[in-house]
Amino acid sequence: MTSDAGGASVDIEFRSVTKRFGDLTAVNQVSFQVLQGEFLSLLGPSGCGKTTSLRMIAGFEQPDEGQILIGGVDSIGTPPYRRDVNTVFQQYALFPHMTILDNVAYGLKQKRVAKSERYARAREALELVRLTGREKHRPSMLSGGQQQRVALARALVNRPRVLLLDEPLGALDLKLRKEMQIELTRIQQQVGITFIYVTHDQGEALAMSDRIAVMSDGVVEQLDTPAEIYDRPRTAFVADFIGEMNFLEGDVTHAEDGEFDLDTRSGIVVRGRGEATKGRPARVGIRPARLHVVTGSVDGATNTAHAVVETKMYLGDEVQIVAELKGGTRFVIREQRAGTDDLHDAIRPGEPITIQWEPTAPVLLADAPAPNEGGNDD
Amino acid sequence: MRRVVTAKRAFTAWAVCVFVFLYLPIAVMALFAFNKPSAAALAGFHGSNVCDIPPTQLGNLTVWNGFTTCWFASGLHDPTYIPAIVTSIKIGAAAAVVSTLLGLGAALALARMNKFLRVPFDSLVYLTLVVPEIVIAVASLIFFVQAPRYVPFFPALGPWTIFFGQVVFGASLAMLIIRARFVGMGDTLEEAGYDLGSGRLSTFWQITLPRLMPAIVAAALLTFTFSFDDYVLPAFTNGTTNTWPIVLYSAVRFGITPAVNALATIMLSVTIVVIAVTGVVLRRSRTRAGTDTDQATPAATLRIG
Repeated sequence: MTSDAGGASVDIEFRSVTKRFGDLTAVNQVSFQVLQGEFLSLLGPSGCGKTTSLRMIAGFEQPDEGQILIGGVDSIGTPPYRRDVNTVFQQYALFPHMTILDNVAYGLKQKRVAKSERYARAREALELVRLTGREKHRPSMLSGGQQQRVALARALVNRPRVLLLDEPLGALDLKLRKEMQIELTRIQQQVGITFIYVTHDQGEALAMSDRIAVMSDGVVEQLDTPAEIYDRPRTAFVADFIGEMNFLEGDVTHAEDGEFDLDTRSGIVVRGRGEATKGRPARVGIRPARLHVVTGSVDGATNTAHAVVETKMYLGDEVQIVAELKGGTRFVIREQRAGTDDLHDAIRPGEPITIQWEPTAPVLLADAPAPNEGGNDD
Repeated sequence: MRRVVTAKRAFTAWAVCVFVFLYLPIAVMALFAFNKPSAAALAGFHGSNVCDIPPTQLGNLTVWNGFTTCWFASGLHDPTYIPAIVTSIKIGAAAAVVSTLLGLGAALALARMNKFLRVPFDSLVYLTLVVPEIVIAVASLIFFVQAPRYVPFFPALGPWTIFFGQVVFGASLAMLIIRARFVGMGDTLEEAGYDLGSGRLSTFWQITLPRLMPAIVAAALLTFTFSFDDYVLPAFTNGTTNTWPIVLYSAVRFGITPAVNALATIMLSVTIVVIAVTGVVLRRSRTRAGTDTDQATPAATLRIG
């Protein structure tokens, strides 16, 4: 078994894994580690390689290059039925011709566990996922949420080293999905098994994961804790995919002591924190909630932008304002309503406003734009 | 509103007409299984059983002469009919079993075969279904006559050659039926089997085969039926063996007695019972299987066939 620097053992390790389907490179030189007991999400839009990565761990696909280590042992060539991992499939894939209990006991039957123990453990697993009293039913007689629980029990009963979940909540309605998110987190903490969770839903990933690997075009853009990913996205893709983000780009005119100034060539000077290089083009992102609208005239100070309101929407506790900056860049601003209704009443489509932000708001992104190219790119 | 009702009635009436058109001949056949010989024939007959009158002296049997059940007894005691029916059932059952097994194997292999192998193989399979049976019958006859000269222990024309000939068609038919379901099933369930630690063979037994069962049953029933009432191919390859259709066709030439109607009625009743039982079994297995929308019920398949 391998260990990372922190001492926790590594359950799954990708070493420069590449998988191609014809001309398409689904997974491109991907390397990462999944620690034991961790809830790791593979997050990305469809076609980013997340499901292919999962299927390679399960053994349904074989990588073209690189190694996948399961518990420190290279798994290449090992068929799915000899791997110590189990999968919760997207459409559950319950066996329609078997009862719920037989479905859950299936894996134990393959391991030739005695009948009485097999069923006892299957019942335990159904209790763990809080689905009892339906043992004798067929999967088709259960609702989607219940089938989901059976699929989970069927995988967990084998006590695998790693549980793979392929968008397991995708087919459920919103309310049930929220419920199952809490359930999944509870179950994972209870059993202590490593979960690798594939999803395209950033909210789901942020809510449940210990760490998130954001994938795009077959590569891992960033692997970090949810808070790090949200607060300090490394690339524009990550920033844009996780929550909403306003982008500004320009040239670094000043960089000293972990602070920088960015001139956007349309009169805005962004002052932020981060290690930038003077004279180089750079891009920053600012979350809509970190922007504030001020009325009245403010002089051209740093971290200030003049814009014209396009739309204003009430979102309950918040107001969302979309405004166009000089030069055509569009900004989304989200402000708390509490106590500032007078101000918000003054904001009307077509009216000019001034937007300001703190120096802690801009996030310096690693992928710089091409030199001397203006405009917003998202 | 009124026009909707009228249209509905018109359609109902039309549907009734269609069913009458389809089933009236069968009903008439069943009815005339109970027909007595004509009054003239009865007048010249002095035995105890009116069905013992020779076929040529029965008189006009196309009109209703009166009710009797004796044709059923005489049909079941006929020295040529019963052995022929038994032969047909034996050949049909053997052809059904072997065709379904071959069809199953081909369906499994073909569904996941490389495209460059699959397309030519597929075309050959379809060819056996669309080539007129008379062509296959002639080809089979020539082949079966020549084969014993070169192949040791190859059977002479007889029940074996009928069986061989019918398996060619039956296996293609069975393959089409089973493959339709196999392809529709997808491979997620098999992946789930592998994922849960079950190897290739045990996944096949525990997951794939039970899921294919409705299609396998449908294929077996259908290939049996095709074999049982097939005339053209056995007529060429039978040698001295008599199957039920062959006996009937030759009997028609010399005039047949209502005993044939009686036997046909018995067979019809047996068929209806078997289909009904199969239907109930499949429906039950489907309500248990639930979500899967399999189309491979015998009824659905018959519409294709």
